[in-house]
Amino acid sequence: MDKSEANVFLDAKGLNCPMPVLKTKKALDSMQPGQILFVEATDKGAKADISAMLKRTGNELLDAGEKDNVFTFFIKKV
Amino acid sequence: MEEKKKKRMAIIASKGTLDMAYPPLILASTAVAMDVEVGIFFTLYGVDIVNKKKYHSLKVAPIANPAMPSPIPFPNVLGILPGMTAMASMMMKSMIKKINWPSIPELMDVCLESGVKMIACTPTLEMTGVSKDDMVEGVEVAGAAEFLDFALDANISLFV
Repeated sequence: MDKSEANVFLDAKGLNCPMPVLKTKKALDSMQPGQILFVEATDKGAKADISAMLKRTGNELLDAGEKDNVFTFFIKKV
Repeated sequence: MEEKKKKRMAIIASKGTLDMAYPPLILASTAVAMDVEVGIFFTLYGVDIVNKKKYHSLKVAPIANPAMPSPIPFPNVLGILPGMTAMASMMMKSMIKKINWPSIPELMDVCLESGVKMIACTPTLEMTGVSKDDMVEGVEVAGAAEFLDFALDANISLFV
């Protein structure tokens, strides 16, 4: 997926657990269903943690990647 | 999602040191982000975490804590020396800052804003002469039965 497809952007780089998860959820709560959130995080646990939060809140992880130690997520608000 | 009954987590926070204040609040704020209903019962020293006169200045106990990181090799018994608690607390605060963690008051705000139920234990308040007015705004005061009533329907129960 490309960044241009996202509606909301969240930079959680440099933040540690649990902040990337909390900020991602806060961003999702402020969005309309169907909108897409793009998140960047450097926390090593972010991939597992954000995935777990999405599973429990019913939001959809569309795409995830990693480049130069930055994890990226495209999330659809359900 | 709305119709489904929410999962629930009940935590007892019994320690009042800076390091031990984090686990209950981190788990609580994260659980709320995962649509879990959370209640924390603050008892004994744990009440300091919700005491607005104290929660800015919680300390780390270096004594009997061999895992306490130190810049130089350091016999644990020297933790009894004057100033050691302050030094250990300062070190911990700088480590917390380094990883961009929120402070305890900031984390408390996140928890209260997101609806974490916070209960301070009545006999502890009575015993230590602390009043409900000393509690952070939004903290309720109740006893064991109130916590148990909440915890009986919990999916996770933790004692910290």
